Amino acid sequence: MSSYRIQGTTGEWEVVIGLEVHAQVTSNSKLFSGAAASFGAEPNTQVSLVDAAMPGMLPVPNAECIRQAVRTGLAIDAQINRWSRFDRKNYFYADLPQGYQISQLYHPLVGEGHLEIDADEKAGILEAKRIGVERIHVEQDAGKLMHDQHPTRSYVDLNRSGVALMEIVSRPDMTSPAEAGAYLRKLRAILRYVGSCDGNMEEGSMRADVNVSVRRAGEELGTRTETKNVNSVRFVMQAIEHEANRQVDVLEAGGKIVQETRLFNPDTGTTRSMRSKEDAHDYRYFPDPDLLPLELTEAFVEECRASLPELPDAKRARYVDVLGISAYNAAVLTAEVETARWFEALLDEGAEAKQAANWVMSELFGALNRLGKSIEDSPVSPAQAAELLTLVTDGTLSGSLAKQVFEKMLETGDSAGTIVERDGLKQTSDTGAIEAVIADVLAKNPGQLEQYRSGKEALFGFFVGQTMKAMAGKANPAVVNELLKKALG
Amino acid sequence: MTNLTDLGIAAIRDGFKAGDFTARDVASAFNDAVAGAKSLNAFIVETPEIALAAADQADKDRASGSLKPLSGVPIGMKDLFATKDVQTTAASHILEGFVPQYESTVSGKLWNAGAGMLGKLNLDQFAMGSSNETSFFGNVISPWRRNNGDTAALAPGGSSGGTSSAIAARLVPGATGTDTGGSIRQPAAFTGISGIKPTYGRCSRWGIVAFASSLDQAGPMARDVRDCAILLENMAGFDPKDSTSLDLPVPNWEAALSADLKGKRVGIPKEYRVDGMPAEIDALWEQGIAWLKDAGAEIVNVSLPHTQYALPAYYIIAPAEASSNLARYDGVRYGLRDLPDGANLQDMYAATRAAGFGDEVKRRILIGTYVLSAGFYDAYYTQAQKVRTLIARDFDQAWEKCDLLLTPTAPSAAFGLGEKSDDPLAMYLNDVFTVPTSLAGLPAMSVPGGLDALGLPLGLQIIGKALDEQTVLNAGLAIEERAGFTARADKWW
Repeated sequence: MSSYRIQGTTGEWEVVIGLEVHAQVTSNSKLFSGAAASFGAEPNTQVSLVDAAMPGMLPVPNAECIRQAVRTGLAIDAQINRWSRFDRKNYFYADLPQGYQISQLYHPLVGEGHLEIDADEKAGILEAKRIGVERIHVEQDAGKLMHDQHPTRSYVDLNRSGVALMEIVSRPDMTSPAEAGAYLRKLRAILRYVGSCDGNMEEGSMRADVNVSVRRAGEELGTRTETKNVNSVRFVMQAIEHEANRQVDVLEAGGKIVQETRLFNPDTGTTRSMRSKEDAHDYRYFPDPDLLPLELTEAFVEECRASLPELPDAKRARYVDVLGISAYNAAVLTAEVETARWFEALLDEGAEAKQAANWVMSELFGALNRLGKSIEDSPVSPAQAAELLTLVTDGTLSGSLAKQVFEKMLETGDSAGTIVERDGLKQTSDTGAIEAVIADVLAKNPGQLEQYRSGKEALFGFFVGQTMKAMAGKANPAVVNELLKKALG
Repeated sequence: MTNLTDLGIAAIRDGFKAGDFTARDVASAFNDAVAGAKSLNAFIVETPEIALAAADQADKDRASGSLKPLSGVPIGMKDLFATKDVQTTAASHILEGFVPQYESTVSGKLWNAGAGMLGKLNLDQFAMGSSNETSFFGNVISPWRRNNGDTAALAPGGSSGGTSSAIAARLVPGATGTDTGGSIRQPAAFTGISGIKPTYGRCSRWGIVAFASSLDQAGPMARDVRDCAILLENMAGFDPKDSTSLDLPVPNWEAALSADLKGKRVGIPKEYRVDGMPAEIDALWEQGIAWLKDAGAEIVNVSLPHTQYALPAYYIIAPAEASSNLARYDGVRYGLRDLPDGANLQDMYAATRAAGFGDEVKRRILIGTYVLSAGFYDAYYTQAQKVRTLIARDFDQAWEKCDLLLTPTAPSAAFGLGEKSDDPLAMYLNDVFTVPTSLAGLPAMSVPGGLDALGLPLGLQIIGKALDEQTVLNAGLAIEERAGFTARADKWW
């Protein structure tokens, strides 16, 4: 249980949250037609006769979409239903050419599963928590209405019509906006690891319907509202915050929560009523007679299982247990599949794990942040980074020299070796040269020398700094330390 | 020279191959017959140029020795099959003027086999009806008349009424039908021709305007059993574009035709003796039993105990599927759009569908919407599906005792247009013998058995095991040979 509570005027309220996430399946073609499913094409250029619901057209399931949904189910340890069926959800809308959406109400492809969210004390999540997933079913997306093309008419773009979605329905196991946010981020990470959805919320390939209710501690579940189509983690958290507080206000004023569908306004962070249960559509679900039940062989499911990559939780545990990386670094490095991929490429190039983890966390992330780039667009490749780290390990570069070389790598795109050679940035362990510099530094700073010798040992760092400065950072720090100690006697 | 329009499909195919006449001669003769039969209203669109073009191609192919199975044979196409560049309406106003950019799988197979198209045949609107009185393009009239001097226009049956009328009137030698609850068999019976609904899944549904997806099945209608076998061979086959299509090879039904039924057991289901059935139909049924015995079959009595529930179950399942299948006709993308001044989207839907659908279609959409509604779904749809399972089990149990079933096709001969159109329940009763087979997805055929006292044709229905079209066709042939049905409607049109 999270520590999150709404403080009403009459006492504390708990919040209960369930999420229905619609995730667009990564697939070249649509769920029941051969039309392309890519984002951003000119309107109505990716529409087959089936997608436009021409007379006599029939749906044929796309095996790749089914495979991706099964892989997703396996990744959250869910039951895979070897027998499932498609149902029609009937309603009229201009973006729905068939007059029904092919979905799965009665017999979904994927049953009960779960995922773990991590403890995050700052966010009020006191310990790691398991969030149940009730089901995943596959269904068609609708098209899109365009209201800004003509002063009095609306246009319809059917490119999305028939694109495969997974609807991932959580149990009402979350009790704070932070938990909901953590669940969404974790789910998104798993989808991206599995490769079944790109998780891109801005392009609409992942969006959430947010179910919220409030109750007094220990009481029965309250009446819930459903806020539709919220399209970022932050907005989901805002929607919950607003909706929970609104419900508390209503209840404390003696009112009742109406079971209804609500809309989130990202500009104000508030929700408003869209339609109540009384106005709810009667979708007249029934099994789609154009499609046979979906029956999966054991071999198909096993092939799906074998195709799964190492998932974030397993990867993080391995980073800690096998690679000896700190728990915090491991969590960050495995949170996004691209980061983990980049990091593992770096290890494949021969970098040492702990050193590589520290370098990615501090140097690489710092640089990418500064440049506003994502890790996939990093100007420095894993191979180039590995070369840099090797130069540190073999003593060619000190830590500070490595920073300089890395900056130049970012600027020029040249390799670390090239930069070291060209700019003479190699660190020196030449004791004679270092001793000469030290003698010079001591001669130029008689006052500090006097203080040091009379007990102010903190000045040691001053002499190191002066020596390194005089050697333009190229002296091996360990050698400098050793020689300085000797000289200061 | 023989009158070419008196020839059936096998005779045209063989005579053309033998060089007795050209394909152009055949196409021209049928084009003339079509042009001269406007009063039957069997066609929604006539396509004489397409028939001639196919004929010319056939003549060339014959010259170059590359004949196809149906080279030289012109046929009619029920206007439920999408035909590329030719208006396809399902006999509805809402699809009036709709010209598909695609060809249905079944029609495409027929054209690839060398057949030519004489035109698009009229039907009950969206294949909903048993008399062809629900077409937006007007009633089809049967070429048959009662022999008592009454010139009342008679129903050709439905929904494939344009098909049955055109074949009976020798406007086409054969044509496609579709059968959801009897739409091939009942019109065949009413007009003295043959028609077979194959096993569900034999023919692709791709490109056929859907009525009730789990029941719709294409099949041929023609003058005799052999012609049906020939057409069916060129219509059937697996289609990856239809998930319910059967991935099985197409048998050589024509080559294996045999009227010898030795070793076959024919079941007579007692539940098909319904109250109020004309004595003549009962007598024909007895005659049919005698013919099949004569062909070597053993006759056994069987029971299909849930038969009486078939019609109510059918009139839940078929409208339920139809109410959803017809939702796509909304005025948004194609077909009729009725957009009153100031109308919003809902108004457009309402106006378009009010204007675009006929009464019977609306009735079935309403029934279907009702039975799928929250609170009624279990009582109607779920219950009907259970009945459907029981009906299928009835047949399975019957197959332990017999190899095929013989029944009348319809409980009456053709009725007059207008006689039942105000009474939907009386109309629905026409399907009482054909619907159970549709619910079970089994192959079934109607062949003409004789005439009633008023000189109107009566049909016998043969029902077979799933995928056993061959035995059905063979039994049809055995009856055909013994019935010697040669009666035809006198030309009055």
